[in-house]
Amino acid sequence: MTDIKTWIDSELQSNDVVLFMKGTPDAPMCGFSSRVVQILDHLGAPYKGINVLESGELRQGIKDYSNWPTIPQLYVKGEFIGGCDIVTEMFQSGELKTLLSEKTLA
Amino acid sequence: MAMNASEIEHLIREALPDARVEIRDLAGDGDHYAANVISPSFRGKSRVQQHQMIYAALKGRMGGELHALALQTSAPED
Repeated sequence: MTDIKTWIDSELQSNDVVLFMKGTPDAPMCGFSSRVVQILDHLGAPYKGINVLESGELRQGIKDYSNWPTIPQLYVKGEFIGGCDIVTEMFQSGELKTLLSEKTLA
Repeated sequence: MAMNASEIEHLIREALPDARVEIRDLAGDGDHYAANVISPSFRGKSRVQQHQMIYAALKGRMGGELHALALQTSAPED
């Protein structure tokens, strides 16, 4: 398998909105991941959910990739947006909707 | 493993001496806290950068010993 950073890079290049999470969008396995899924579903933003529990290497690799110690992690057009707190704050202030519509994604 | 609120506050203050720090225990299990941190050092920094400063102050405990820390950060109003 290519090294994890290269794999993450390619996922972020080939998907506009990526959510690294615990579990899957249909079956989130952590309250924080589930909250971000609900927010994205509410905004109707298409996204790719990647379950970090499937690989220890990915679970650690994504934390190193963004220098962010927790999961979930949301990326839009390859840019790290934040974890559950920041995504919730941006959703409540309307910034997330603006960001997604600016990038013509929702 | 868990942490207590004063330990978290102490670590944040060590890294950000000018910060106003408010810690709330969300679950009473030493693992789920909320922290509101106001510091001039956050001025001009994105939310991600501000939170990364707090995680750095916690010296690797975030996501390990400390499972959940709901963070709210801001620079003081002028």
